[in-house]
Amino acid sequence: MNAQVLFGQLLIGLINGSFYAMMSLGLALIFGLLGIANIAQGAFYMMGAFFTWMLLRWFNVGYFAALALVPIAIGVIGMAIERLLLARIYKLDHMYGLLLTFGILMLVQGLFVWLFATAGRPYPAPAALSGGFDLGFMFLPKYRVWVVFASLAFCLATWLVIEKTPLGRTLRAATENPMLTRAFGVNVPALMTFGFGVGVALAGAAGLLAAPIYSVSPIMGGDLIIVVFAVVVIGGMGSILGSIVTSLVLGLLEGATRVVYPQGANMVIFVIMIAVLLVRPAGLFGRER
Amino acid sequence: MADPVSLSLHDVHGFYGESHVLHGLSLDVVRGEAVSIIGRNGAGKTTMMRAIMGLLERRSGSIIVKGVETIVAAPERIARLGVGYVPEDRGIYSSLDVTENLLLPPRVGDDCMSLVDIYRLFPNLEERRRSQGTRLSGGEQQMLAIARVLRTGADLFLLDEPTEGLAPVIVQRICAAIVGMKEKGHTIVLVEQNVDVAAHIADRHYIMEHGRIIDLITRSELDARSDRLKSALGI
Amino acid sequence: MKEANVDKLGWILLAAALFVAPWLFYPLFLVKVLCYALFACAFNLLLGSCGLMSFGHAAFFGSAAYVAGHAAKVWGLPFEASLLCGVAAAALLGVVFGYISIRRQGIYFAMITLALAQLIFFIALQLPFTHAEDGRTGIPRGRVLGLFALDNNIVLYYTTAVIFLGAFALIRLIMNSVFGQIVRAVRDNEMRATSLGFDVNRYKLLAFTLSAAIAGLAGANKAIAFKLATLVDVHWTTSGNVVLMTLLGGLGALFGPVAGAIVFVTLENYLADSGLPVQLVIGAIFILCIVLFRRGIVGEIEHFVRRR
Repeated sequence: MNAQVLFGQLLIGLINGSFYAMMSLGLALIFGLLGIANIAQGAFYMMGAFFTWMLLRWFNVGYFAALALVPIAIGVIGMAIERLLLARIYKLDHMYGLLLTFGILMLVQGLFVWLFATAGRPYPAPAALSGGFDLGFMFLPKYRVWVVFASLAFCLATWLVIEKTPLGRTLRAATENPMLTRAFGVNVPALMTFGFGVGVALAGAAGLLAAPIYSVSPIMGGDLIIVVFAVVVIGGMGSILGSIVTSLVLGLLEGATRVVYPQGANMVIFVIMIAVLLVRPAGLFGRER
Repeated sequence: MADPVSLSLHDVHGFYGESHVLHGLSLDVVRGEAVSIIGRNGAGKTTMMRAIMGLLERRSGSIIVKGVETIVAAPERIARLGVGYVPEDRGIYSSLDVTENLLLPPRVGDDCMSLVDIYRLFPNLEERRRSQGTRLSGGEQQMLAIARVLRTGADLFLLDEPTEGLAPVIVQRICAAIVGMKEKGHTIVLVEQNVDVAAHIADRHYIMEHGRIIDLITRSELDARSDRLKSALGI
Repeated sequence: MKEANVDKLGWILLAAALFVAPWLFYPLFLVKVLCYALFACAFNLLLGSCGLMSFGHAAFFGSAAYVAGHAAKVWGLPFEASLLCGVAAAALLGVVFGYISIRRQGIYFAMITLALAQLIFFIALQLPFTHAEDGRTGIPRGRVLGLFALDNNIVLYYTTAVIFLGAFALIRLIMNSVFGQIVRAVRDNEMRATSLGFDVNRYKLLAFTLSAAIAGLAGANKAIAFKLATLVDVHWTTSGNVVLMTLLGGLGALFGPVAGAIVFVTLENYLADSGLPVQLVIGAIFILCIVLFRRGIVGEIEHFVRRR
């Protein structure tokens, strides 16, 4: 077997795994705080990629400026949606949250298909990150290395904020017991809005990182979020580090499958989900809620 | 802050889902005084505390905290008027360690204790400051719950059965801490099943039954009417 | 009026409406409405009886469509046998999916069914007999009972109407049976049902399988009526559409899914000519439904009548 193919696919697997990690981290943050399984996370990922593309095409704003602007823009849009729509259904069964965010996914995806059609649009990797290293046994594109590090940095930063800062302390308290936390004077509804913004900003950032790798298309998020749901079922949403590791391992397994049995690559995570459910119904790091 | 009445409830009704728990509750607490709420299980004491904190789904009537009507206010707004709440289940967070539990509530008043003062008052907590909150013993959890609101600078405290299920030695220490709070001029509303503790701390005792106040016993009447107090608790 | 009488009246009205409908509307439109209505009823059977909201029912609808289409075209089986093949495939898939997914509840159940259905989508993309992107086309309609050619749209319509009415009555029968009572007891208090000695998972699995089989019947009927089975039938948007139809009609109301399907198919037909993307409008309706009128059409009507 060709080493370039094997390591190339493993690298793609690692990249996908780090996207899964960012997406599932956002998902877990939002689920813990709002009790909503935010399937619209896929739409925010897609918007992240599209905004990056728009900034370059329409305003000539480059990749690194987008790196700062896009997550903020996505976060602000997310917070507006939370205030406008999600805040109305907190008292209802969690199921309604999934339904509502499903509607948001359909609406946003439909809107972008209407405006941009489904064909993919290429986005060039920034000059500073184009090219690559020749390792002898394989060619290692700079941008792909950057993506792995950048997304892990996003994940670790989120983890640090949640575990080590006053803000994270308050977030954990509001996740565990929102009403009591309010009774201590913490504005939990505002915190939920903020948390939703951060959660979807992570998805938007993943979309931005993905733009130079996958072509930017309105339907790029819908299929991804279903895979991420499977990742979350496998890993559970209880542990941040657990879900990062699960995501990376599953991404690598997917990459390896693409080498051995290409037809099975987009099925392997679902098959692993089935196996895990049969052996450990609550997931690997599962805490049933 | 000239208002001498710290907390005033008038004709308060409270509901848990469909069940009507508080039936026209009225009481007043003057600034700097300690009152106890005494009644059997199910009389609505904890519900009353939750109603004051804005934690009930549905409530009506009037609840005035330091001159501000709070019947429709959100819990965080009520807390920020300077109210410190120690819930019946102590409300210690398992995802936070002891220090984090202590530091969680934001400042709501000026007269607050520092972490150093807190650890001086409850040395056990300092020893266990890195432990997960819910790994503490019941007594330590109770100290933590009280210490947590002392740090915020609140001056109106709602303490829901702070001595329940604790060993006598611990009960004494908790009592001493509460008396200390009172001596600083703080206002205290205490739900208590332990008559001795209540008698030791409170200036007045409200007797509660079926979600309303049915009697009031002052400190000076206590000796003469201790039977009434005990019958209210079903002892 | 007594409940039993309301019920009887409902059935008479439904049968009468089904009888006269082809004079008022285009028969193929009605066939589509009935297929989707049956699909939504199947979904609602699982939701109403077990409280389980599946986000993967397209898997049953779509696989039955493929299998029935294959049976009719390649194996040359008659109409009824092709339908049965589709139903059997969906039921079999239902047993497997059910066995895996009923271990979890609520949100996780929905996420698992969604993921399982996506697996079926990818399998359908790979298997040769589905013809991937092209879909299974040119499925022959055949003859019903070997006598009447289904290529006549009126015959097709009445055949579909009879199938729908039969399946609808079956769902009603299941819901009112002892089995229906037990699964509802499980839904309301699983612990209690377990402590009473019921094998909770067995009942859930049976309800799941029944729901999958009926969804399969709807899919098979649709494939033969429209001579077509495609990847759209197994796609997650189809799973979402059936949720929307049920939601639109009103969760839990018996006639809700029918009302929802009528609105949905009408809307889809209308949008096809308007140039507006279906997904965008459907997403907007989803959002409006949940934020503004959660009771759905039938639910709102019932609520209105009750208040009067």
